[in-house]
Formats: sequence, structure tokens, C-alpha cells
Amino acid sequence: MIEVRNISIKYDHISVLEDVTFELKGGSIIALLGANGAGKTTLIRAVNGTLPIASGEIFIEGKTLASMSRREIARRVAVVAQENETRFPVTVLEFVLAGRFVHGGAFGWETDSDIDACRRALDECDLSAFETRLMNHLSGGERQRVVLARALATGARILLLDEPTANLDLAHQAMMFRLVRERCDRDRFCSIVITHDLNLAAEFADEIILLKQGRIGAKGRPAEVLNAENIREIFGVKVLLDQNPASRKVRVTTVY
Amino acid sequence: MRSNRSLGTCIRTNSESDRRIVEEGISIKKVTARSSSKAFRIGAILIALLALTLIVASFLGSERLPLFDLNAQQQSIFYDIRLPRILLGGCVGASLAIAGAGLQSLLRNPLAEPYLLGVSNGAALGTMLAFVFFDRFEFSRPVMAFAGAGIASVAVYQMAKSRTGMNVERLVLSGVIVTTFLSSILVFLTTLLDMAKVRSFTFWLLGDLSQATRGGFYLSFAAVVVTTAILTWQARALNLMMIGEQDAFDFGVEVNRVRLLVFGAASLVVGAAVAASGSVGYVGLIVPHLVRMTVGTDNRLVVPFSAIAGAIFVVLADTIARTAIAPRELPVGAVTALIGAPMFIYLLRRG
Repeated sequence: MIEVRNISIKYDHISVLEDVTFELKGGSIIALLGANGAGKTTLIRAVNGTLPIASGEIFIEGKTLASMSRREIARRVAVVAQENETRFPVTVLEFVLAGRFVHGGAFGWETDSDIDACRRALDECDLSAFETRLMNHLSGGERQRVVLARALATGARILLLDEPTANLDLAHQAMMFRLVRERCDRDRFCSIVITHDLNLAAEFADEIILLKQGRIGAKGRPAEVLNAENIREIFGVKVLLDQNPASRKVRVTTVY
Repeated sequence: MRSNRSLGTCIRTNSESDRRIVEEGISIKKVTARSSSKAFRIGAILIALLALTLIVASFLGSERLPLFDLNAQQQSIFYDIRLPRILLGGCVGASLAIAGAGLQSLLRNPLAEPYLLGVSNGAALGTMLAFVFFDRFEFSRPVMAFAGAGIASVAVYQMAKSRTGMNVERLVLSGVIVTTFLSSILVFLTTLLDMAKVRSFTFWLLGDLSQATRGGFYLSFAAVVVTTAILTWQARALNLMMIGEQDAFDFGVEVNRVRLLVFGAASLVVGAAVAASGSVGYVGLIVPHLVRMTVGTDNRLVVPFSAIAGAIFVVLADTIARTAIAPRELPVGAVTALIGAPMFIYLLRRG
């Protein structure tokens, strides 16, 4: 559903991404790993059309990103970003309804089906009791779940998640990945997830991309990419690798 | 037998899920119906209050008019002086309140307000330049006021914007700087006027409705109608902008277009209001805040309700300005600032 072909991105003539190429098919999750400043967020922001690309091309469902309008992109791509707080007393339901903007009718009034979609998403994110609560009264983790619910409510089939588990407790980290995995397996969604949790990446991703200073350092199935050499090179730490006895996936343990 | 049982289960599950769907459907309808009936009720109350305010204001003043049987002189006071003034006051209040509501959502800052951002002063400078240099052309004042408001809002926006976004303090400080800069030019321009006009100009600068004319009212009314329509049309996009500019962009809002429309619409109403009545301050701060406290943050309600509430607020403030020290008058801007400045401190401290 997404094809990224040789893209490069520059901020004020300083190159932050160089010659990045990959493809993301329906039903699969790519975990995007890398040190701080490696260009992970920049890559997600390019795929959603926020940042202009200096060279290369991005295709979404076969169409070039450059030829699509804001609404067309928003219909297909939903973002879960690090949330910035609003100073206005917006309720949780109003916040999630923002995700339905592109479905708005003539005067932008939401329909019953919009409210329905929002309620379902809130329910999935364990937030059904939060509807009328104010956003600025929630904890960081609760807000993050609302942001996820908003992305799920859009109905967009490409989910770009920027550190979605940063503030979440263990149960909700698992919930969040299960929700994304389920949508990919059942409804052929696809997703790019930025995370620093190598074990969650190994557990839920089909493919891992390691970014190193704006370039792809390694790419492939978790078991191939997550080896001691790659991790030392990208993150500069020593790790022990073995197998998670429950899931038989790679398990990474940092040696301090 | 087996198939019968499974059929039975099947039917039962179906009817259960049907019932659940029906119940959910009812609860959704109930919620929307409840909130919209509350909105209608508040709207009706506001309109009734506006009507009451207009009637009361018509009879109060330095010359108290009787309810019926006006003589010729009283009729002239009513139709030529008081009525245009009250109606213009209503339009000015509506203008400043919707401009405030729109700018606050656009800039994600409850302290944004045409007067504090320097937009009103931009319009005042435009009006003054028109008055000094193009006095022969009747429509030069509102046109120049509109241009001045537009230039000032773009200037403040550019100054407040930085790579890391726009914080509250930066925006307010940029507003202060633009305001003082424009004020110094205005003071300089007053030296070009003869002494007789200086006093009325100083009064006008503080916000003054005593020079109201029918023409000013018609123009201001048209600007209010157009701007309310534009802002209500863009209200859902503004709701997203209020949450965050990046969020709005991510979910399909054409941010640049909305920004242009809202700045343009706000400049239009502020230009028309200032050309007619000078810079009445703090209306755009107080009114949308009170409206949000009553109906929530949805701009589809906040914008039209702010228009009505703003009209009520300024007509009342002007009635106080006309009657408090009668037969002399206060500029209406002094009355609104007296209420607005403490409110600003309160909002700033509450963060």
C-alpha cells in the first residue's frame, strides 16, 4: 500500500534522510528503529505529506503522494504522534471526532455513523467511560490512548505510529500492539511503528528497518535484523540475544 | 434436532444483538438530541436577552425617552441618534466577539483578541490615514481599516511564529509590540490634525460610538453577516486547529487556506467595526470565554453565540458609558477595558 522510492529529505541544506527505499504491503507492520535523531519521525512525516521531499517518490495505494490533496491523504493515512496539549477544555469525544473530519458532510456536522465509529474506537482502547471527560484532565497514558482511538476512528487503512507506547503501562502497551496487529491481520491494514522497545518490535512487526544517520542500516525480518552486531552498530550497546520462551520470537536484553 | 437447536441459538443471538444495536441507537440519538436542545435553549435565551437589551438601551440615555407618544424632537433623537448608535454598538460587539473566537481557535490561544494582538490598532491606523489623506472618498476609511487590520494580523502572526511553534507569551508580546508601534504612528498623525479634531480623535481611539451613522451600521452589519457565515462554515476545521495545527493537517484540514480565510474574515469585521467606532478592547476576550463556559468549545456554537452575546455586551457597556456620568459621556472602550483587563489577568494566571 505504501511504496517509498529513493527519498531524500533536507532541513536547511542538511540532509536528514538519504536514499530511503522500502515497501509496505497490506497486512504487515514495519517497526522503525534507530537512535535519537536518526530520522525516524522525519520519515513518518514525509509519508503523511507534512515534509517536502528533496528527491525520490512516495506512492500511496499506487498514487504519488505529490498528486494527492490533503483530504485524499487523510482518508488513507492516520497518524498517532506525540500529542501536544491544548489549552481549551475539549472533551474526549470531541477530540476523537476530529479524526472524522474528512468524512464530514455539507456543513461539517457529524452523523450518527461518525459518533458510532468514535465510540467503537474508544471502546477498543478501553476508554468507553471517558467520553465526556476533558482532555486536559487526563493522564499522559490516557491521552495517548485517546490519540490512538482517534486514529482508529478515522477508518484510514495506513497507520503511522510515532512512539505510541511511550507513556503506556504494560497492559496497555500490549493492547495497543494487539489492536494494530488485529487490524492488519483481519482488515489488511498496514502500519509503520516507531518504537524504542526492541522486544515489542520483535513480537509484533513483520519487518524491521534500522535507521542509521538518515540511511537504512538494515532491513528484514526481526530474527535477521536483530543481531548483536546490528544493535551494537546502531545503538552502541551490548546485548544478549535469545528466544522468548512464550512466543519463540527474538528476545533482546541490554547488558549494562 | 441438532440443527433446530443451533437455529434457536442463532435466532436468540441475532435478536440480542439487534436489541443491543437498537438500544445503542437510542442512546446516541438521546445524547445528540439532548445537547442540541440545550444549544437551542441557550440560543433562544440569548436572542431574548438581546431584544430586551436593545429595548432598554433605547429608552435610557442623557435624554430619557418615554415609551409612547414621542414628540418631534424626541423622535429625532430616537431615530437619528440613539437607534443608529445602539444598532452599531450591537454590530461592533458581534464583530469583535466573533473575531476573537476565530483568532483564538486559529492561534490555539484563549488570550488572542483583536485589540490585544494589535489588529484593532492596525485598523485604526488605516482609518486615520484615510481620514488624513483621502478624506474625500467616503469608503476609503473602512477599506483602509480592513487593509490595516489584515497587515497587522499577518505581522503579529509572523513575529509570534517560530520553529518550535507559537507559545502564548510570544504571541501576546508580539501583539504588545505591534500595538505600541502602531500607537506611536497614530500619535504622530494626530499632530497633523487641528486642535478641534484632536479631542474627538482621542475619544475615538479609545472606542467611541457617539459618531454612529446609519451608513456605518449597514456596513458593519454586512461585515458581521459575512464573517459569521465564513467562520461557521469553517468551524469544524477551526475545532481541529484548536487541538493543534499538526493534528489538523494530519486529519485533512487545509491549514493554509483556513488560516487565510480566518485572518481575512477577522480583518473584515474588525476593519468595519474600528472604522465606525475606534478600538473597543477586550470584547473578543471576554465574550467567547463566557460562551465556551456555557456551551463548550465547539466553534459551530461558539461563533454564532459569540455574535449575539457580543452584541448584548457592547450595547450594555455603551448604555453605561452614556448614562454613568450624564450628561457627559465615557468612551465605551473605557467601560469594556474596566471589565476586560482583570479578566485577562485571571485567564493568564489560570494558564
